[in-house]
This record gives sequence, C-alpha cells and structure tokens, in this order.
Amino acid sequence: MQQPNAYIGTPQNRVDGRAKVTGGAKYAAEFEAPDLAFGIVVSSAIAKGRIKSIDTSAALAVPGVLQVFTHENRPRTAWLDRNFRDETAPPGSPFRPLYDDKVIYSGQPVALVVAEEFELAAHAASLVRVEYETEPHMTDLDLKRSEAYVPPKKRSGVKPPPSPRGDAEGVFAQAPVKVHAEYRVAIEHHNPMETHASTVVYEDDGTLTIHDKTQGAQNSQSYVASVFGLSSSQVRVVSPYIGGAFGSGLRPQYQLFLAVMAALELKRSVRVVLTRDQMFTFGFRPLTIQTISLGANPDGKLLSIMHDATQTTSTFEDYQEVVVNWSNLLYHCDNVKLTYKLAQVDTYTPTDMRAPGAALGVAAIETAMDELAYATGIDPVELRLRNYAEMDEADKKSFTSKELRACYQLGAERFGWEKRNPEPRSMRDGRELVGWGMASGVWEAIMQKTAARAVLTQDGNLEVASATMDIGTGTYTILTQIAAETLGLPMTSVATKIGDSSLPKSPVQGGSWTAASAGSAVQNACLSVREQIFKYARQMESSPLANASIEQVTFAEGRIHLTNDPSASVTFAEAMQAGGVERIEAEEKASPGMLTSMRYSGYSHSAVFAEVKVDEELGVIRVTRIVTAVAAGTILNPKTARSQILGGVVFGLGMALEEESMLDHNLGRFMNHNLAEYHVPVNADVYDIDVIFVSEHEEMLNPLGIKGLGEIGVVGTAAAIGNAIFHATGKRIREYPITIDKLLG
Amino acid sequence: MSSSQTSTALPERISISLTVNGETRHLDVLPWTVLLDLLRDHLGLTGTKKGCDHGQCGACTVILDGRRINSCMVFAVMKDGAEITTVEGLAKDGALHPLQQAFIDHDAFQCGYCTPGQLCSGVALIKEGRAHTRDEIREFMSGNLCRCGAYTNIVDAIEQVLGSNAEAGQ
Repeated sequence: MQQPNAYIGTPQNRVDGRAKVTGGAKYAAEFEAPDLAFGIVVSSAIAKGRIKSIDTSAALAVPGVLQVFTHENRPRTAWLDRNFRDETAPPGSPFRPLYDDKVIYSGQPVALVVAEEFELAAHAASLVRVEYETEPHMTDLDLKRSEAYVPPKKRSGVKPPPSPRGDAEGVFAQAPVKVHAEYRVAIEHHNPMETHASTVVYEDDGTLTIHDKTQGAQNSQSYVASVFGLSSSQVRVVSPYIGGAFGSGLRPQYQLFLAVMAALELKRSVRVVLTRDQMFTFGFRPLTIQTISLGANPDGKLLSIMHDATQTTSTFEDYQEVVVNWSNLLYHCDNVKLTYKLAQVDTYTPTDMRAPGAALGVAAIETAMDELAYATGIDPVELRLRNYAEMDEADKKSFTSKELRACYQLGAERFGWEKRNPEPRSMRDGRELVGWGMASGVWEAIMQKTAARAVLTQDGNLEVASATMDIGTGTYTILTQIAAETLGLPMTSVATKIGDSSLPKSPVQGGSWTAASAGSAVQNACLSVREQIFKYARQMESSPLANASIEQVTFAEGRIHLTNDPSASVTFAEAMQAGGVERIEAEEKASPGMLTSMRYSGYSHSAVFAEVKVDEELGVIRVTRIVTAVAAGTILNPKTARSQILGGVVFGLGMALEEESMLDHNLGRFMNHNLAEYHVPVNADVYDIDVIFVSEHEEMLNPLGIKGLGEIGVVGTAAAIGNAIFHATGKRIREYPITIDKLLG
Repeated sequence: MSSSQTSTALPERISISLTVNGETRHLDVLPWTVLLDLLRDHLGLTGTKKGCDHGQCGACTVILDGRRINSCMVFAVMKDGAEITTVEGLAKDGALHPLQQAFIDHDAFQCGYCTPGQLCSGVALIKEGRAHTRDEIREFMSGNLCRCGAYTNIVDAIEQVLGSNAEAGQ
C-alpha cells in the first residue's frame, strides 16, 4: 500500500503551475514600483577601439528623459577586480560597464538612457551619437589558434585535463586501426525566452530591492553590494520566477549594474530590459575546435585516446570548462592524452551554457567512436560495451553508481536497435533516407553546500526556504515534495520560498546540483523539525509515543504514530501545544561528503538513440524519433524530470542541426542576433522523444541518492543525431550544426 | 543626415479605447506605443510576455478580435476599438480554461515564460478548427518558441483538449 504523503519518486504537477498558466508569475521586468523609470542601453557599433565623443544632447532634450549615463558621467564604483568578480567568474578582470572610453567587444554597452516612460527612453536612445576611433580587432579562432595557450590560472570548480597516462602518441602510431579527425561545434547563445532584465526598486530608506533575471539571488546581491560599496543589508534580490537561463544568468549581467547605477544616482526606481539583439552582447558557448585520435585493435578495444580542444575566450578573462576529460571517463584506455587550450579573441567572455564543456567534448568523442565502429565493423553499442570504463581511471576512483550498461540495453530495446542494418544508405522511407545513430552521455553529479530553513506552525502548515532558484527546472515542486514527505504532510500544506537573497545561503542554480544540494538541505531542516516535534510528542502527558524511538514512528498526514500501531498517535498540533510552542523552526545545511568524494566519483549517464529522415534531393533533415535512457540516481518527480530531459534533448537537437551564432570577422560582430536568424528548434522540428529513467541505486552522494538532471539530456544528443545522419547518407559531417549546405556540399 | 535636425518636440498623444479581457479601457498613448508595451507597462497586464519584440518568438501572442496575433508587431493606435483577450482573461470566475489545466497536467512548460503566448495561440488554434492531427498542431504552433523544449507536452495538451471537444460534439 502506498504510504500517505510519500511523494518522492512520484509524478506531481508543478506547484507553481497555476501561477504560470494564469499570467500570475512575475518575472524580473514585471515588478512595479512608484515612479518607475525605464532605462535603454545603447550598444557599441565597433568591436575594438575607443569612444572619441559621445553626444547625448539630443537625447537629453527629449521631454521625460531623466539622464543619459556614459563613461564620462558615470558614478564612481569599486576599483579592484575582485569587487567585480562574482561567484562563477573565471580568472581575469571582469568587464565593467561604462568604465572608460575603451571598447573591447562589439555590442558593449556605451550609454544608458533613462526616462519616465519606456517609449521615451527608446526614442531618446536612438538620438545618442557616438563617434569611435577604431582599432584592428580579431574574432577568428582559426587565425588565433596558433597562439592558443594552456590557461595559467585554473577556474574554480573546473577540473583541468588529467596528466597524460601511458604513451598515447607512440601507441597510436602503431595501432592497427586509427581514427583521426577534427570536430567543430559552432558558437551558441543561450537565448532564454525572457531577455535579461533588472527592476531596481529604490525604497524610501534608500535600500534596494532588486528583481533580477539571475540564477543566483545571492550572487547578484553580493555583486551589487561589492561593486557599489553597499552593505548586504542595503541590497535584497527577489527573483521568484526566471524565464529560462541555461547558464546566461549565472553571472550578474550588465543590465543589473546599469539599473542599480541609475537607481542610486537618480534615487529612484529603475528598470532596464535588454532587447533580443542585446542578448548577443554577453556570454555564449564558445567556438570549439577539437581533434581526436583513437587507436584501436581490430576487435575495437581502444589502445590510445588523444583528445585536444581549443576554445575562444575574451581578452580580459580566461573562461574554462571541462571539454576533453569525458573521453576517458566514458572509455577504458591505458594510453591517454587530453589537452585543453584557449585563444583570445575580441568578444565578451564565454559563459557556461547547459552542459558546459560536456555538450562539446562528448559530441566529438561520440562522433569519433561512431567512426571507429565503422572502421572496425563493430556495432556502435557493442563497441561502447567493449570499452566500458569500470572506474574513473584519471582519478583512480570507483563510481558511486553507474548503470550506463543498462542505459545502452534498455535504450536499444525500446528503439529497436537490433533491426538496424549498419550499412549507410541502406534504409529508406519513400524519398527519404533513414538513419539510426546512437551516442553516450555523461555529466558529473555535483553537490554544493546549501542551507535551508523549515518552519512548522501549529495550524499544520510548513514553510521551507532557501535562496536557491527555479529557472524552470522544477525546484519549487521537488523541494515541496521532499519537505512534505519528510514531515508527513500533504503537499498542499507546504509553501516553498526560494529566489530571495534574504533566505538561507545557497549557491547559484547550475551544474545540475540544485536538486541534490537544496533538496538535501531542505530534507535536513525538515528532519530537524521532525526530531523536535517528536520530542514534544513523547513528553506529552500519557503520550502513546512515550516509550518509542524516532525509528519506530511514522509521520503522516500531520500526525506521528507508531509504525506498527497507527492508532497510537499524536497530532502535530497536540505535540506543539503540549510543548508550549506556536512554531518549530530549524535551519540546516547540506554539504558534499568529503570521504565519498575522496574515494569515489559521481556521474550521471545516458544512452541516446536517434532516427533521422533525410530528403535525398533537398538534404532536409528531420529527427523523427529519439529514445534516451538516463541513469541519474533517484528521480524525485518523474513528470518534471522527464521534462528536464525532453528540454535537454531539444537543446541537443538545436546543437545538432540549427544553432550557430555567426561572426562577421570584418565587423567582429554576431550577424544573426535575433530569433529569426539564430535558429532554435520550433514545435514542428520536434517529433517523438521517449525518455527512460533507468533504475540506479545511489546512496553515497547524498541520502536521497540524487544526481541531477539539468544537463544530462543535452549531452550526447548532437552526436547521436550526427551519427544517424551518417548512417542515413554515408556522409560524415564533423561540424555542428549539420545544415543542408554541409550535407549537400 | 544630420542629427541636429531631430526635433525634440513630441507628437501629441492619441486617445484610444480597447476592451481588454472584457473591460473597456481608455488611454492616451504615444503614436509609437506598441500594443505589447501598452498591455505590460500601461495596463499592468504582465502575463503577456516580451521575448523578441520582432514577431519572431510568439511570447507576446494575444487574441485580438478572435485572431491570435503577435502583440509586439502592432502599434496600439492601429487597434483602437479592438477586443483583446490576454492570458489573464482565459480563466473564468477562477476556473481555469481546459487548455490551462491541460498544460498543468501534461507539464507543458518549465520556466513558464512562453506559456501565456502558447496558451493564447493554442486556445485560438482550437477555435480555428483546422488542427486535427499532431502534425497539424506542431505546424500551427510553430510560431511560439519554447526554449525549455516543452513542445511534445504542449502538443499532448492541445491534442487532449481537441479530443475532449470532439467528444463533446463541439
């Protein structure tokens, strides 16, 4: 029989669903304030040089314009780089909006026009005249590749490639079967549906309440406090709903700086909303060129892996992500050389984008493995099983759990893989060639120190709170489930408060770590409340639980009862009355286990199977079917979890076929800076996606066994589609996205 | 062209009236005020979203005189006298529209930002009566982008409401 209030692992509708379908959910640009002023950003027209002059007189003359901020009249801010460095910043000197006359990338903000109304600010912004002195810029990685370097300073939280093992070069040279190729993945922009925005409410006492589009309310808060020299009590960031981010909200973006600057100077509430084309003027997934050399025996066993990646970074920060390490995490090999370099170009610094590094590195290694499958004549699934990594060979650690074999097996069964004729161009549906391809996926199961508070009141309502976020991931819902189950209450009696910097400490939402981190913190806070209320229940006069231990009782439907005698029970209200308390409050933390991480590696895995149909004459590619089997420990809510994977797969489909931010190297500017020319998948591009959650027993990473799901759906998807296209057409395209011109070219 | 020629005198505001979610509103607007900004900034109806401001994403979809339109692509003054339904007007007396409930049940959204546009588009599509298959739903809903990738669930939700309407003989 199902326990009442046993919510963990059951499909539940989103608790914020009603707010989102009625228009009640408020996003950053939607909070009101008295006398709210509107700021419009003027963007630089050149990629490099200096501002010779900036004429704001016409803009200032527009009735209703309050001020035009430029580098010439901006207020003083902090001076040291570290004041501008947020919790996710890579090494270097963070960009400072309106700092001086220098232009260091195209689209850089050069002025902020603030007016009484949005329409007036927009009109006035069109009247700002900027004269530039241009300097030569360079945005072409191919021309900068020879100057690529190993980043001297490691980015916190990003593992550099492990030291080489064995003799990868020598063994490759002698290997009976070789695959050696270069792979490219284009620049991608996150393009969440909501553009970046900040509404800064200037309170009567001069403090700021900020509604920011961010993945970290406390990250934005501490950035604002340190840049503008405010105390943390003067700045509160409240962002209950975020219209997608995918990494774009990890770092405080320049609209936050500008809105705060204007609000402090004008002593008035200000809102700054970026336009869609301005969404192409900060972070992105960098262009990445990878070379992979695989040496193998004729039976497919890998003898040597060499995987090199070169990415762009800006001239002012050394962005880093984990691109190449995945090859050896997926496959056993004794001779391994993994290398990673950066080349500086005149763009903004790249920013983590959904499955940063892994989406790129796995796209390359999983394409190369498909090439090896054809070179050896071994089925792609069988090839992967023959090279299955039983441990994290780089770190010499066992996996906490790894059900990737089951992913391959269940995914292949559901897809009908055994019916595949491996010969390219051998399957057909009318005028379309049919191709079936597959790939593996892997992402690290990360946990970050996070705190949460739980407050139970006598009326049987529970509030749980943490400064974590819900960027569409379902955080509200899973935290509600965990809290309700832990204390034995219906979900409707639980209110989850997140997205507010005044709540218990949490890192940014990212890296797929929120469910494990905030989920464990909420569980711990609720367990603490449980112990306190149980103490009151036992101490009640003639308590039926007087002689019971907490292991012998069950919390359900607002009562505590003996597990083997449900009639012996005490209600929460009775216990609290007896204890003389109106409320029970507990704040607890959750942290990754040091012992576990010293001895074990935690990763989630997937096997992705894709069917494509390719019009033989026109080259039009349709992804008609995807089956993805995911092993990610405990699945808290199969409904929202499935949506996470669906979304990841659609993201991967975009990488495979559509997404590409095109730089005009003459202008040093992204040309297709809008949603008509930067293609993301639309409804008609997406057919059937079948998500399988493979049962995986995980007990080491955290008590609930959570690994996280935000990234794993993306990883491997592009390669599975690319491999299916090869199977359909016999054409190996090593540059993502695979567009018609490349297929017909 | 010289910028010094630009006149800073603003044109006169224009009086219009709109019926939004059943309520008639009289407004004086600048000629270049866009319907979307009027809804969001002047009427406080922030349910309708701005995603691109160029008619490329569908987040701003509202139902205007029975047709779904991108509200970012029309000046408010062009629609004097129009009748508009936004996401805030879909539920009646606290009861969700069947498509709103179907979106919740099928988890047809994640971040929720495209959702009001998807709902207005879907409600209008169902009324249009031209979508009968999943392929047709996909095609006719392709003006509404969803970056979270909830497309298959959106199709499930619309298909369910279409199916129950068909059963009810509508």
